[in-house]
Amino acid sequence: MSLTLATLVASITVFILAIFLGFELISKVPPTLHTPLMSGANAISGITIVGALFLSNTEFLDWNPGLAAWLAFAALVMATINVVGGFMVTNRMLEMIAGKKNRKGGD
Amino acid sequence: MVDAVVWDIGYLVSAALFILGIKKLSSPKTAPQGNRLGAYGMLLAVLVTMAKMNSDGIIGLELIVGGLAVGTIIGVWMATRVEMTGMPELVALFNGFGGGASALVGLSEVLKRIQESDIPAPGVELYATWIAIGLSGLVGWLTLTGSLMAMGKLKGGFYIPLTKKDDRGRRKWVNFPTWGPPWLNFVKGALLAGSFALIWLTIQEPENTDYIYGLAGVSGLLGILFVLPIGGADMPVVVSLLNSMSGIAAAFTGFVIGNNVLIIAGSMVGAAGLILTFIMCKAMNRTLTAVLFKSFGGGGKETVTRTKVGSDPEEVAMVCDGITKCVIIPGYGMAVSQAQHAVKEFADLLEAQDVEVSYGIHPVAGRMPGHMNVLLAEANVPYEQLIEMDEINSELPECDVALVIGANDTVNPVARSGEGPLGGMPIIDADKARVVVIIKRSLSVGYAGVDNDLFYENKTMMLFGDGKKMMNELNAAFKDL
Repeated sequence: MSLTLATLVASITVFILAIFLGFELISKVPPTLHTPLMSGANAISGITIVGALFLSNTEFLDWNPGLAAWLAFAALVMATINVVGGFMVTNRMLEMIAGKKNRKGGD
Repeated sequence: MVDAVVWDIGYLVSAALFILGIKKLSSPKTAPQGNRLGAYGMLLAVLVTMAKMNSDGIIGLELIVGGLAVGTIIGVWMATRVEMTGMPELVALFNGFGGGASALVGLSEVLKRIQESDIPAPGVELYATWIAIGLSGLVGWLTLTGSLMAMGKLKGGFYIPLTKKDDRGRRKWVNFPTWGPPWLNFVKGALLAGSFALIWLTIQEPENTDYIYGLAGVSGLLGILFVLPIGGADMPVVVSLLNSMSGIAAAFTGFVIGNNVLIIAGSMVGAAGLILTFIMCKAMNRTLTAVLFKSFGGGGKETVTRTKVGSDPEEVAMVCDGITKCVIIPGYGMAVSQAQHAVKEFADLLEAQDVEVSYGIHPVAGRMPGHMNVLLAEANVPYEQLIEMDEINSELPECDVALVIGANDTVNPVARSGEGPLGGMPIIDADKARVVVIIKRSLSVGYAGVDNDLFYENKTMMLFGDGKKMMNELNAAFKDL
């Protein structure tokens, strides 16, 4: 993976535009949804799981894959808890708030 | 080998699902769908990653499968076990895990590159990658320790393990400290400057791991000191800010591993969290800098000199008999005493007599954005009865009884005067109702340290005691009428 100035600038462009997008996406949130929005958004920030997966792809010799691999493993565990727990807990809250009548059929 | 473009398209779809998910999460009708879209986006991102690794050659599956399994088991266990009252702590903890994971990915990447002698020559790649690793570490560690602190503050304290149990079988309880002399801000500033210096040093000597471990220590300490001076009632601001930071950390990690989906999802969450932070600040009429750097409510607390005779539940029950409109205004005290079910029972009793019941929710009531809504939803309070502050304020003048349970600063009329610590903060106009019933342990001042005139008004009836206990007594008295 070689990083050139061009790809860096492209990445920074994506970064800045996504920040603006984030600001525009949510203008007015009803207070009822503050908690679920926060915990749902938090689950999405668990996307770092992708990085943890790549780095966990290492040799595993006699339980001794090295410090870098163990750290990646710890990152993977944390990110997975964040993702799985985050989406589940948000779903629980939303079902409670929306009740049965508001539940939408078909995903 | 499959063309890399295929993976990028997969990640792009996943990013689009995140965008749609967040968008839909901000409206009540579409929110459950939004959450599901986000989850699908995440699943897709994981599958694309696995497929890409499979195509590039899997070296070892042990850690991947093990990590996913352990994380899933713990995550499911935590998410199903938590009660709604414990939700603020859990959200704070998940925030911390997100930040910690990003920091660990950065650290692992550095060690791996040093191990494989894959350190780029000085140039764009070195600078960009190492700055990104440094920043993801700084923000990530800070989010991890800060969130753990916030979690402790939300819990209010903890039992010391191994101490002697009292006759009720509980160990010694210590309140979580809130401490922050003004000079602490200089320490925090120095630590932040130190973190940047360490990032600069890692670029000068990329092989030297001391700096990167030093950065972890310094930014971890910074996270602790950052949350330490902030009091419990400011936690909604802090938790949403930490939420924003966990997103930013993920975005920096995206620069480290050169992956756009991390950059998009992370920075979007960062921006969304920041918006929530400002909504919270606005509801408290305080600036973000004031919340973060000025100790509040600590010094100069007014001492209560006036007295007020408490009422008993029977009197209140009689007043509530035959009314037409009642507004219930909950606060953190309701969460502490877990009175939400008793409150709902009271509302049911009133509704059986054709009384119109609604709930006035202040945006910063409780310890987390939306705290009251989640608690009341748990007690099966219909969503339509939860009314926002501005809307309920127009209804309160026609209201017979305003029942304030465990709230103080959010109904303090002094805020309208524009003076003092509460000056200008938007409040719920409980004092406009014909009769105000306040359930509270004592006349003590609230978080802002200001005495509340509402307690002493003639139309105010105080029920002194634990929220749940008083609500139950009130319900019993009402049934006996």
